[in-house]
Order: sequence, then structure tokens, then C-alpha cells
Amino acid sequence: MKPFRVHKGRVAPLDRQNVDTDQIIPKQFLKRIERTGFGEFLFHDWRHTHDGKKDPSFVLHHPRYKEVSILVAGKNFGCGSSREHAVWALADFGFRAVIAPSFADIFASNSVKNGFLAVVLSEAEVAEIMRRANEKQDYHITIDLEHCKIHDDHGFTAVFQIDEFSRKCLLEGLDEIGLTLQHETEIAAYERSHPVSLNMQHLSVS
Amino acid sequence: MPIKRTLFEKIWDAHVVAEPSGYPPLLYIDLHLVHEVTSPQAFAGLRAAGRRVRQPLRTVATVDHNIPTTPRGTPITDPIAARQIEALQRNCREFGIRFFDIDSPDQGIVHVIGPELGVTQPGMTIVCGDSHTSTHGAFGALAFGIGTSEVEHVLATQCLSQRKPKTMRIEVRGTLPGGVTAKDLALGIIGQIGTDGANGHVIEYAGEAVRELSMEGRMTLCNMSIEAGARAGMVAPDETAFAYVKGRRFAPRDREWEKSVDRWRALPTDAGAHYDAVVEIDAAKLAPFVTWGTNPGMVVPVTGRVPEFTRGSPDHRIAEPALKYMGLEPGTPIEQICVDRVFIGSCTNSRLEDLRAAAKVAKGYRVHPKVRAMVVPGSQTVKHAAEREGLHEIFVQAGFEWRESGCSMCLGMNPDILQPGERCASTSNRNFEGRQGRGGRTHLVSPMMAAAAAIAGHFTDIRNWHFH
Repeated sequence: MKPFRVHKGRVAPLDRQNVDTDQIIPKQFLKRIERTGFGEFLFHDWRHTHDGKKDPSFVLHHPRYKEVSILVAGKNFGCGSSREHAVWALADFGFRAVIAPSFADIFASNSVKNGFLAVVLSEAEVAEIMRRANEKQDYHITIDLEHCKIHDDHGFTAVFQIDEFSRKCLLEGLDEIGLTLQHETEIAAYERSHPVSLNMQHLSVS
Repeated sequence: MPIKRTLFEKIWDAHVVAEPSGYPPLLYIDLHLVHEVTSPQAFAGLRAAGRRVRQPLRTVATVDHNIPTTPRGTPITDPIAARQIEALQRNCREFGIRFFDIDSPDQGIVHVIGPELGVTQPGMTIVCGDSHTSTHGAFGALAFGIGTSEVEHVLATQCLSQRKPKTMRIEVRGTLPGGVTAKDLALGIIGQIGTDGANGHVIEYAGEAVRELSMEGRMTLCNMSIEAGARAGMVAPDETAFAYVKGRRFAPRDREWEKSVDRWRALPTDAGAHYDAVVEIDAAKLAPFVTWGTNPGMVVPVTGRVPEFTRGSPDHRIAEPALKYMGLEPGTPIEQICVDRVFIGSCTNSRLEDLRAAAKVAKGYRVHPKVRAMVVPGSQTVKHAAEREGLHEIFVQAGFEWRESGCSMCLGMNPDILQPGERCASTSNRNFEGRQGRGGRTHLVSPMMAAAAAIAGHFTDIRNWHFH
């Protein structure tokens, strides 16, 4: 996993609450069996008109938001389906982080597993970043995960909180499965004292 | 005095394998349900790392999201869907996982077949790469949805590194009035606490109205927990739950059954245990609900109107794009909203009891000529049980399509989708933009309300229905 330490990038504002994962990556694009290639379908139904043409009014099509890597959005971002494809699509499109007042639990968890940062700031701070991203040309912010700080070049600063384990995984790009397997002794002991019930053993395919 | 613990805490504590310092606890997973959409990348990851599936006997797979609901045996016309289904077939073979394939008599929506097969049991930890895994909480299990990286993690280790969620008790006082179902209770709760009202929490549903629900009603209620943002939803296991599980194919038997029940009886929350949040719901104030917007919290009683918000208010800012998408004018009575399509199915409402309720409404009527209505049983087992009771005949005679089992139009990954602008009364769980097909307009309702809308051609209060 790609580590996340400090990232400076252009910001795109998505002024909507409850952005659900069906919007981030609509279901018709979930059938790929790879983790890559979802970026072109990110926000598909908002980015395209019904006849399949690019909708120039959507924020990511505005020339000002070319090559953005940070998205700022309303509360409860990533609600709905557990599809990790939502994070894959954001990352594949070029995003490294989303800033919002709150995130749905599964989306937040999926983010960490992909070296993608979900930053929680207060409603007021999010509104301020949103305002600046709307008003300023070429608006960039810097997210510093080592110090849990955010700043822009115009005097805005904020601090954020993230649980220590997620921070460590992101900073070091850790393989969580590898970490868990270090506890083989404990897992095996647990399994010895909690065997699969007799009738469930009929699930055996051999 | 021993520490008083909630149902959730008892299950959590019993599954902690290790508590490494600086890391979240490692939780053991008793049952892992797998389907075709969120698993291929997980198996690919295992293969790339040379890892095996640690516990094939704790892993059960089926196909549900992608498959057509037209008669079995017809070819899958979408080559990408076919490739995903083939990938699961191959993965299950290679990793030795029990797979209920498309032609299996046990195939069905993963959250319908888990309980049916008896693999879902009280006190278990259950995960699946699907947010509606909360359904299994109806049995007093801790069941939650995970992403694909976590699917891979569980396949490889049978564990998950999990931060402990908070607890929320939702106490439903009184009993549900006539015509008000578990679905309406779920929608009423989400309408009250909001779509992020339970973020970070595991909900325990309690109170007289919850105790009185059948297992199928409890599954509907727990299923919708994620729509309030909850990590999971649960109901304390009781005689109703034990009676449902007993005798099922993979449920414990004989002496093991007795021992299991003894263990399960100790699971309910201790009197006086602490919850991080408590919400009270007055059952008497609930009504048959209909959603008007683009998330499940945008909901009003069927007797209500599409809400009006003061221009410029925060609520208006959220409602405006929803109303535009839904093509609705504020102030419109819900009962005047006409529907084009009706969908009865999904992991929320596709079980035998749901189909019985809808059939009772449909009996002796005809679907409105302008409406196309379909019934999609949750599993092959549900389908055959319904056919033994003659429910399919009631539906077919009334003009409903009677289909094969699968997720179908709940998320429209298969060919069952709405056309742009079409309005649908749906017994599913999400009315998000485009969920049932791009431009499609979804209104969430109970099975009875959906059947009544199919016949009337518009939403109508089931409490005034004339049953034949």
C-alpha cells in the first residue's frame, strides 16, 4: 500500500451532504474483477448527461478543478453500500483524500486500506475550505498526516484527529493481513477452544 | 458485583482473540458470507500473496447481485457479469469454499439464505462484503458489512482488526398498529434519527413491538440499520429466534443444540447495562411510510404530503436537489403520486412472510394497467415455499411477474432496472439517485403498501384496503 505522509494538492468542492457510494461509483461499473480502472466511472451519473455526454456543469469538469487530488464535501460522505470500489474509483481518478464533517463507517475503514485519507474537520472548517475552493483560482491545501494538520497558502490552518492505528497504517503503508498473521499463536489457540460446530462441518466441499 | 454488559458487549468480548497494544482488538469471525461482486479482488489478493482461505468451513458463498431473475438456464447476456460469476465459481473451487451456485436449490440473496440454511446463529460474529449484513443481527448475532480488503483479511486470517463501536438502544414502546410493519418501523426510526443518526454505533432494538416481531420482521428491521449509518443492528435472541434456527440444515443438533441454546440464553443484555445512546420510539405514532426523496431518512406517512421547506433554509438546500431528481412538487399528497413500476423483493423484504402479506393485498385484484409489477423471491427456498402455498398464482392472476431469486431491482446490477423518469414503489432499502436504474425514482415502502400501489396505480393507505 502506498504510504500517505504529507500531500499538497488542488481542492475540488462538492457541496452535497450524504454523498452515497452509489453516486461515487454507480452499480453498472462494479462488475470488473480488478481493483483498477474505476476512475473513469467516478460520479458517472453526475458527470454525464442522460445521453452519455460530459456534463460541463459538474464541478470536476470545471477547468479550475483539473488535476485535483483533494475533495471537500458535506457530512456523512460515503454512506450506503460497502463497495470498496468507491475508494478505488476516487483513488484511480487521482484523489488522495476527502475532507468532510463526517464519514460513513465502512467508507472510512475502506479508505485506510487503500492509502486514502478521510479527514474529518468541523462543519465550519469544511465550509471555509469549500468557500476558498470556490472563490480562489488554483486553490491548494497541504495535508500533513504526520502532524495531523492542514493548511493552505492563505492563512487557513486546522488540526484533525485520526485513530492512531489508522494513522500508522497510512503513514507506513502497512499490510494489515501481515500484521494480523503475527498473532497466529493466539488465533490458533482461539480456534482450538472454539471449534466449528459439528453440523457446520457438513459445509465441507470434499 | 459482575459488570453489567449489553448483548453486543457479550458477543464482542467472547470474540476478542488478541489486544495488541497500540492496535485495535483482533476479533474472531465465526461466519463469512461471500458473493460475486465484492470478492474477486479479495481472492486475487490471496493468490498474489500465496495465502489460503484459513477456514473454509466458516465461509459460505452464493451468487445474488448480478444474476438474471428470468427463468434459470437462460444465458447471462452481460459478458462482464458472466465473468464475475465465473470468477466466484473458480475461486470457490480453488479455495475449497461451499458455493450455492446459480442452479442450486439453496441459491438466494446471501442475507436470505444464511438464516434459511441455519448457518446464521445467535451469538456469532458474521461478516460479508455487503452493507446489509446487519440483517443477521435479528438472531442476536453481531453482523456487519465490510469492504473488499477486509473480505481478503477475513479469508486469510478469520479475524478482523476492529475498533469497538459504541452502543445505541432503540426502545420501541407499545405495539405496532394494524397495517404498520417492520419496514415501517425501520423507516420511522431512520426518519427520526437521520441517515447518519447511528454512525459509529451498534443498535440494539428492544421493547414490546420488537419482541412481538417474527424473525422475518426482525430481519427487515436489522437490515435497515445501515441506512441509519449503524455498524450493525441486533435483537436479543429469544424463543422466537431459537424456534426459527432449530432443525435447519447446518444448525446444531441433539446435544450440541441443547448446549448452544443454554449459551444463547445468557446473551441478552443484563438489566442496568449502559448504552452510549438511547432512543425511544412510540409505536402508536407510527404509520405506513413512504419515502419522498433520495435517502431513506426522507420519509413521511402515506397520509402526509411531500414536505415544504422555507426557501434558503438548510433543509431546503438538501431537499431541493432531491425533489428535482424525484420530479415532485412540495405539498403534493403522497396518495396522489402515481407509480409506473412496483418491485417486491430484496434482502429487506423478499421472505415468505413478505410475499404472504403482499399476496393477501393482491388477491382478487388486477395490477393497474399503467403499472409493471414484479415479485422477486429472496431465495429458491422462499420461491418454492410460496409456490406450495399458491402465492405465485395469486400474483400471476393479478398481473405481477413472478421471477427467480436474486437481488434484482434493489440495485439493478442485473437487467432488472428502471428507465429514466420511471417511478417505482419498492420494498428495497435504498432510494438513492440512480440506485434502481439511472434517472429512476424510488419510493421505499412495505410489501403490503407496494402491492396496494401496484393495484391502485398510486400510493394508497393500506389501513383502508378492502381485502378479498
